[in-house]
Amino acid sequence: MSADKIVPLKPADPRGRMVARAAREIAPGMVVNLGIGLPTQVVDHLGPDYPVCLHTENGMAGVGPTLPHELADRNLIDAGGAYVSPIPGSSYFDSATSFALVRSGRLDLTMLGAFEVAENGDLANWKIPGRFSPGAGGAIELAQKARRVVVMTTHCDRKGNPKLKRRCTLPLTAAGAVTRIFTDLAVIDVTPAGFTLRECAQGVSVAEVTEATGAPLRLPEGDIPTF
Amino acid sequence: MKLSDKTTSMAEAVAAIPDGATVMVGGFGVPGTPFALLAELARQDKRDLTLIKNDANETGTGVDLLIASGRVRRLITTHIGLNANAIAAMNEGRIEVEFCAQGILAERVRAGGAGLPAVLTDIGMQTELSAGKQIVQVEGRCLMVETALRADVALIHADRADPFGNLAYRATARNFNPPMAMAATTVIAEAEVLLPLGGLAPDEVETPGVFVDHLCPMAEITEEYGVVRR
Repeated sequence: MSADKIVPLKPADPRGRMVARAAREIAPGMVVNLGIGLPTQVVDHLGPDYPVCLHTENGMAGVGPTLPHELADRNLIDAGGAYVSPIPGSSYFDSATSFALVRSGRLDLTMLGAFEVAENGDLANWKIPGRFSPGAGGAIELAQKARRVVVMTTHCDRKGNPKLKRRCTLPLTAAGAVTRIFTDLAVIDVTPAGFTLRECAQGVSVAEVTEATGAPLRLPEGDIPTF
Repeated sequence: MKLSDKTTSMAEAVAAIPDGATVMVGGFGVPGTPFALLAELARQDKRDLTLIKNDANETGTGVDLLIASGRVRRLITTHIGLNANAIAAMNEGRIEVEFCAQGILAERVRAGGAGLPAVLTDIGMQTELSAGKQIVQVEGRCLMVETALRADVALIHADRADPFGNLAYRATARNFNPPMAMAATTVIAEAEVLLPLGGLAPDEVETPGVFVDHLCPMAEITEEYGVVRR
């Protein structure tokens, strides 16, 4: 990923609203790992003085802003390959320490992309047999061991098929891991009773969300807030 | 008393690696990858290698020099998504690839370096990475046995070193280098800066020189160590 190609998404478009809404999931003081791709962009919605410790699994806590190539340190990247910078209080460590932090419960939140999420919280985001099998990297440990796992994804794939399903058909990254999903259409929680609608995007109806979801969608009583 | 001098040339250090060797290679992307030692391995035409490395670098650089020229039989790794050539070699059966969860690769290496035969974990138990792995029960929990990894040779990239092989690293160029520097029969480290004995304060040493067999000062920092412009 090229640092200087990252353009903050404007909250006016559906994806930008999704990213801005997901950023509100990050509470002050959290240790957070943002998955490669869209989740990385929630940073643009956190103020420069917002108290959060971003972790990147290649060995840094306290990840600072990404840098353009001319200012980059050749020895300092995040797990997606973007050139990043330290902030006051940052630390570097080896890969064993980095995942010790993840597995021992020090990671409060991870926000990951998804190919499929099932109504029981199963997540598939690393392999499409026959088409895409680069290896899972650190995704399995992040999804299995972060204290809270949320997904940010478009509601449907490029062909319009729902990514939220009764069961995952692709190889799992982790079982029963996901608790909340942010999409361009809605915020949906994974509950013991399955998918439950929490919020709709501006201009999106409950019926549209239900139609685009590949599993039963529970509706709580009362009005559904918009974001 | 005086500590011994382990400095040598890359050509000499790499010459002792036999064909068929298992070689651990530090690095996560560009930072920490010992490109100069890898180029020497290719130049000396070492073959039938098993590599243990987090990733496969990018097409045309690092371990890809060895993969593309058919010198690698097997790769134990976590993610090769940035190297289309390695993915093609895997799909066409030209190399055998074993995928490991990233932190578990680090722990398997760390166990190897710590003289432990295996680690027990629940990571990946509900995924296809658990296929064929031994399951044991400890305190009522089912856990997977992940065997320790040791190699014949480890190739390490350090920022600063002294002649005894004490090493210090920079930023995210640590990654797999410190655990791998403990987990091979022969540990070869390249260093950007060679300081005299005593030039690295004891408090600064991250890998004690006791683990390092050969220390190769780098003549230059070539372009492949630089910022990647994609």
